[in-house]
Amino acid sequence: MRRFAADRARRAVAASLRGAASRSAAPSPHAPPPRHPASPMGAAAMAAAMARAMSTAAAGAPPVSLDTINPKVLKCEYAVRGEIVTHAQNLQQELQKNPESLPFDEILYCNIGNPQSLGQQPVTYFREVLSLCDHPALLDKSETHALYSSDAIERAWQILEKIPGRATGAYSHSQGVKGLRDEIATGIAARDGFHASGDNIFLTDGASPAVHMMMQLLISSEKDGILCPIPQYPLYSASIALHGGSLVPYFLDEETGWGLEVDELKKQLEEARSKGITVKALVVINPGNPTGQVLAEENQKKIVEFCKNEGLVLLADEVYQENIYVEDKQFHSFKKIARSLGYTDDDLPLVSFQSVSKGYYGECGKRGGYMEITGFSPEVREQIYKVASVNLCSNVSGQILASLVMNPPKAGDESFESFMVERDGILSSLARRAKALEEAFNSLEGITCNKAEGAMYLFPRLHLPQKAIGAAQAAGTAPDAYYAKRLLEATGIVVVPGSGFGQVPGTWHFRCTILPQEDKIPAIISRFKEFHEKFMDEFRD
Amino acid sequence: MARKPLDYEELNENVKKVRYAVRGELYLRASELQKEGKKIIFTNVGNPHALGQKPLTFGRQVVALCQAPFLLDDPHVGLMFPADAIARAKHYLAMTPGGLGAYSDSRGIPGIRKEVADFIHKRDGYPTDPELIYLTDGASKGVMQILNTIIRNERDGILVPVPQYPLYSASIALYGGSLVPYYLEEEANWSLDFVNIRQTVAEARSKGITVRAMVIINPGNPTGQCLSEANIKEVLQFCYYENLVLLADEVYQQNIFQDERPFMSSRKVMFDMGPPLSRELQLVSFHTVSKGNWGECGQRGGYFEMTNLPPKTVDEIYKVASISLSPNVPGQIFMGVMINPPKPGDVSYPKFTAESKYVHESLRRRARMMTDGFNSCRNVVCNFTEGAMYSFPQIRLPPRAIEAAKRAGKAPDVFYCLKLLEATGISTVPGSGFGQKEGVFHLRTTILPAEEDFPAIMSSFKKFNDSFMEQYEGYSRM
Repeated sequence: MRRFAADRARRAVAASLRGAASRSAAPSPHAPPPRHPASPMGAAAMAAAMARAMSTAAAGAPPVSLDTINPKVLKCEYAVRGEIVTHAQNLQQELQKNPESLPFDEILYCNIGNPQSLGQQPVTYFREVLSLCDHPALLDKSETHALYSSDAIERAWQILEKIPGRATGAYSHSQGVKGLRDEIATGIAARDGFHASGDNIFLTDGASPAVHMMMQLLISSEKDGILCPIPQYPLYSASIALHGGSLVPYFLDEETGWGLEVDELKKQLEEARSKGITVKALVVINPGNPTGQVLAEENQKKIVEFCKNEGLVLLADEVYQENIYVEDKQFHSFKKIARSLGYTDDDLPLVSFQSVSKGYYGECGKRGGYMEITGFSPEVREQIYKVASVNLCSNVSGQILASLVMNPPKAGDESFESFMVERDGILSSLARRAKALEEAFNSLEGITCNKAEGAMYLFPRLHLPQKAIGAAQAAGTAPDAYYAKRLLEATGIVVVPGSGFGQVPGTWHFRCTILPQEDKIPAIISRFKEFHEKFMDEFRD
Repeated sequence: MARKPLDYEELNENVKKVRYAVRGELYLRASELQKEGKKIIFTNVGNPHALGQKPLTFGRQVVALCQAPFLLDDPHVGLMFPADAIARAKHYLAMTPGGLGAYSDSRGIPGIRKEVADFIHKRDGYPTDPELIYLTDGASKGVMQILNTIIRNERDGILVPVPQYPLYSASIALYGGSLVPYYLEEEANWSLDFVNIRQTVAEARSKGITVRAMVIINPGNPTGQCLSEANIKEVLQFCYYENLVLLADEVYQQNIFQDERPFMSSRKVMFDMGPPLSRELQLVSFHTVSKGNWGECGQRGGYFEMTNLPPKTVDEIYKVASISLSPNVPGQIFMGVMINPPKPGDVSYPKFTAESKYVHESLRRRARMMTDGFNSCRNVVCNFTEGAMYSFPQIRLPPRAIEAAKRAGKAPDVFYCLKLLEATGISTVPGSGFGQKEGVFHLRTTILPAEEDFPAIMSSFKKFNDSFMEQYEGYSRM
């Protein structure tokens, strides 16, 4: 699955072993040269220091070099901002220096779910409230009513009342401001129809740090395994690698719209156990990233039962809960499903991750998010709190935004209508773009593409001719990376090769976001088509 | 019954080993008492705004405008915001295609990193490379990232001052490394003792530990001492000879309360010393928007600057940063404004200067008041707070108090601090949270309560302390 990542890690380890061997044999270029003191240290102390320096020199290179850093850092990978993106940035610089030098005018970053970098506008009401909370002195000025809507002013007052001393610049409670957590809990309860508590919420700088916290808690060694979907968002593989655990893959079924079969979960679980791995948790990304599928309720029920029976923690990445583009599917949180099956708080350890970066708000740069944890003992919750407290707290503005996202304007509020226009405009546009790109990909020879029912991505499959695969091998890259590079160099469009997410061995994909502005989509489609047809002509068997 | 993955016993042992007293037992007890209606003065954490310090206006104006860029098109905006704040907001928005809501470069917005580089150049007199400056969600995240890069296993040791800010001990535990303590000399104003440090390193090595890095906190936390140039030179030479990377926590560089030892960055001293040391010694320096005169803890803005790290190592650090996508953009803007504040001639300059000066001078007065106040108390000895935000008085607990603590099942300084909390509402952190020599007890408090509350706080403390000492020691021998 991630052969190239594994290869790279093996090469890195082999290199470091070679390095160690050569160092003990003879002085290498990396060993520090003998140091001649220019300091007022005494002669005896100097000799002692030199002796020690020599003994540490035997341990080798400067303290923070590739040979001596944490191997888990070397092992982890994150393709979303990996090689292809670096290449794109270099081309972008070339374009700036020499606008005529390339066959395109601009780089189009379709590699990352970063809506506002591609022109999506923030929700006005949210920004009004945040602006007032950033500078509460504004609330004491009469002119403020001329610049800000009155319900935003009202909301800012309410939020500031929840913050001790109205001090948004103070570290908050390490789980986040209590009043904001309670508000989020109210929003969760309204969404699900089941009770939620602010005490179960940990506000974090985006959802990603919360995922890291859970991996840290669950993983003690490489014997600890985490079941992850393939394809997956590579935060999971990277985090598991960083924390020294084992990723236990379960394959989503491309033929059935990226279906998640419990039989596949069972199979992978048993195989892992037979290898001596203790599987601790199941990661489910719903709606899926990169795959975009929205799980059916029945499916979710089976997953909950599976976790219950096998004693697994269910890690539910639900950051795309407000990105659903099909009429026949709805978002159901896993907590709602569990509660509707009759499972209480005590029955099932469950973590739900949510973020302000996605949905219709797309506020990636704010780093706002939370995890809602249920089914954990008090001793374990204490440990989670303790780890959260080392970083003191997440950024307060992001906390405020999370509370706005989970409790947006309601019917009757002054800003409600304009808010709904903005919200519906963004969501319907995303749905149209998802459809347009999916149809475009499916119209091409050698590409099949499942529908994006939700999230922000398409994950088309490349049925590459043997000649293309041969060319990739000759170039020393994976076929999908080769394709993505050629695409970039011909069109300026940046996508992420499927190997960055994992795929069934021998299949090739790429992930493309649906985020460029709607008026750019036709040009992107035509440029893509032109490139692809030429590519197929070049490599047709 | 099968073990469940989140049973306490199944948790990552490293997580269980972590201790972070700043928000530990005393803080939790204080929060309980607060809920019961008791007035609590939280001096457990360096959190200035929580104790009434006001934010510096200019920074807030700039970020408020960046947050709501549609304001910039409104004809009324000039009535509410000064022209230079408006210009500065436009300046930062121009650097961020997509504004505050887009992930930035994983290292931080290039334009702001350039501003940080200019600041460092101006401060130290030596140029630096913006490519080697990474913005982070607070300095703590940067510290954790660097430690995670260095620590491979429990045989990797990190030299950490004792007393220290427990982010270091907590992170080392979390990443499975070994903390190699070096004791600061309380009687010599918390100075570094290299004889002791060398002994410590030798001992660690004899136990099979590879000492990889040395942490210095300058100005010190909790101790407040400001290192002299000679001190810093010794540290640099030591790290050079011993092949250690120096981790220089310089987050309090703007909080200096004496004139004898102004802040000198480790980088500056390193470059003053010249090659080969300046070309080879590996150094990472940390800074934040949470301290100084700004105190913007809640924004989570910080950076680390790398010197002499091999490019491939920098690539790996970049890679790990990219997994978290980017630091929060408002925090980055706060960093920009902090290190590139209003200048003479700017509309906001007089107000900005007056506000900063007010904070700084008040902190300076409070540092003196607190030190003197503690020194006037029975059995309390306190070094002067030369810098940072804390006071770390030594409490000479009488033997009977220590016995009472034992009976109560508490460490002696925890016992004292709990009694202090219950009697006065003053919430401190026991010295054991920071480390101290065996049998020597301290507490850490901050100098942050409002200046007008100080006399009452110090007299409340004195009353409690002196009667505590009377209770456990008997009559004063004065």
